[in-house]
Amino acid sequence: MYFPSATLLAQAVLAGLFTGALYGLLGLGLSLSWGMLRQINLAHFALAFLGAYLTYQLSTYNAVDPLLTLLLIVPLFFVLGAALHWVLARFKVNPFNSMLVTFGVTVIIEALLQWIWTADFRKLESSYAEHKMKIGALYFPLPEMITLVLGVGIAVAVWFALKRTDLGKAMRAAAEDAPIAAAFGVNQKALALMLSGLNAALAGIAGVCLALTYTLAPSQIYTWIGVVFACVMLGGLGRPLGPLIAGCIIGVTEALTMAITAPAWAPLVSFSLLIVVLLARPGRA
Amino acid sequence: MTIDRRSFVTAAGAIASGALWSSGANAQTPSGAPIKVGGSLGLTGPLAATGLIHKLVGEIYVESLNKRGGLLGRPVEWVLKDDQSKPDMARTLYEQLVTSDKVDLLIGPYGTGTILSAMGVAQRYNRTLVHHTFGIPSLAKYDQQFPSWSMGLNPEVSTPNLVFDALAAGGKTPKTVAIVTSKFPSVHFVSVGAREVAKKRNVKEVLYLEWDFGNRDYGPIAGRIKEANADFLWVGSLGLEGVQLLDALKKIDYKPTTHAYLYPAPGPILKVPEANGGLAMTVFEDHPPFTNNPIAAEFVKTYRERATKANLPDTSVETQAAASFAAWQILEASVKATKSLEDKTLATWIKANQIDTIEGKLRFNEAGNYGADLSKVKQIQNGKWVTVWPKEWAAPGAKVQ
Repeated sequence: MYFPSATLLAQAVLAGLFTGALYGLLGLGLSLSWGMLRQINLAHFALAFLGAYLTYQLSTYNAVDPLLTLLLIVPLFFVLGAALHWVLARFKVNPFNSMLVTFGVTVIIEALLQWIWTADFRKLESSYAEHKMKIGALYFPLPEMITLVLGVGIAVAVWFALKRTDLGKAMRAAAEDAPIAAAFGVNQKALALMLSGLNAALAGIAGVCLALTYTLAPSQIYTWIGVVFACVMLGGLGRPLGPLIAGCIIGVTEALTMAITAPAWAPLVSFSLLIVVLLARPGRA
Repeated sequence: MTIDRRSFVTAAGAIASGALWSSGANAQTPSGAPIKVGGSLGLTGPLAATGLIHKLVGEIYVESLNKRGGLLGRPVEWVLKDDQSKPDMARTLYEQLVTSDKVDLLIGPYGTGTILSAMGVAQRYNRTLVHHTFGIPSLAKYDQQFPSWSMGLNPEVSTPNLVFDALAAGGKTPKTVAIVTSKFPSVHFVSVGAREVAKKRNVKEVLYLEWDFGNRDYGPIAGRIKEANADFLWVGSLGLEGVQLLDALKKIDYKPTTHAYLYPAPGPILKVPEANGGLAMTVFEDHPPFTNNPIAAEFVKTYRERATKANLPDTSVETQAAASFAAWQILEASVKATKSLEDKTLATWIKANQIDTIEGKLRFNEAGNYGADLSKVKQIQNGKWVTVWPKEWAAPGAKVQ
């Protein structure tokens, strides 16, 4: 039986938290879209990769700092998300069909990425990758730290906005019962457009983090879907902190599985957890 | 049987003197209905990056072949379809090529899974199939299939042995080894073989790990490699997995002493400074003595120009491009020698003869139609791949570092 050192275990926990933060960031927009707009937006993953490729392009060929690309990506993706929602609303697409339609959008975006950047792997060589902190025996790479800070910060901010601001309360009311909310003067259509824009902008931010920490290839869009869906289901639909917490639990469990047993068992973890939670608490999602 | 450098260069010179890649100036212009060569490649999907290399090589070859008079006096047309890197799609497309497009000759796709699918269709219609880079020789059961990647029948034994020989030649015989590997079929069985080879050579295995192909998080794997701290790290990786692992190792300040990567994406790994000294397998690199063969030299030059124009990230010719080129050479040589397009005739001839290619002389008379193992070991030195072992194939002045 193999016994890892305390350092290895602690480093694995850290790695799991870093990965979990990205799961959470990717899952946040998906969860809000599913829980509050009743749209299962598979294009969320494609948008994240589009954001990642734009970051790669701007940083590599135009010498823009990767984090500064957010100034372009966030508003641009907000518009894209709102436009996508307008189309879905215009044709009254139901939740199940929204999954099919947005899968089609995903395939189109994948083809676009492949056409522009080819199917070859792309790696953003940023100065951030050269920096890391060392505390004791543990390493804290800067790109992963940025992802963790953004993941936690944005989840908390969205939670606060939905819970404590009038706008957030109106969004929740519209999601709960649109006709009643409308009777109280809530413009459900405008709020839905705004929320869709926000979700797409969140995908763009996740894309920047993807570009900072991972190697990119258009086909990798699909490798994230399963585990992020598991985070969203575990975290609860429409709950801003849920995907982050579930993501960190899954990330840490996966990392510990890799550190202690066979790394090939790690992918089983997220889905085993999902099955256990759904069996134990069927009403969770 | 192995081929030495001298006989390779002699054979290459003989070929260059007129037979296969001579100038089109004296060639007759091909006429009549084109001979259709059908095949698929993963032009989209996860294998597309490498599929594009094979596409470019095929285009260069067919263009040159037609300039040289085509086949049997007729022009050659390559009917190329996109299998999207999917074996099931490849099976459908090869059915189409045989039954609907009615191609005269078949050439294989790239990638073990899609080749297996194409092989099944070829077998059903008794067609001859020459294919590029098939990774699991033991699965090549069809009598009329011919691999152009000269890796030998037992890469799970020959490949690790060659790597350990190279290390020994460089005075770096390890006492301990960490073997970490992707579960991708064509690399996994070789890594499993490496365990046995290490054991027989009295190299102590201090770590063995497997991960699923498509794994994203290499942090914990890197941590375990650092903790094992073996003399030699064997990475059974495909494509970019080696780069991802090196990135993860860099994050925890660990650089392996000596390290080997099974089938890395050759371009991207060169950009990683920590990869310096890394070993990998090859059948061709674009430096002497390989490029002493005039056909190879001409191909390397043309490929560089075209790959640059096509914006490919790596413009050098290595195993993939060379195996692709060799597949076309096998097809051309067999048709020209037999003056036939009949599949059985071609297969019989290929099996009975040795064929000069840019990889060396290929033969197909052992189990699974495999022949000599022409693999070599290359190493990243100063940001470039150079062949280092066997020494008669080493780049000028290069040795294992």
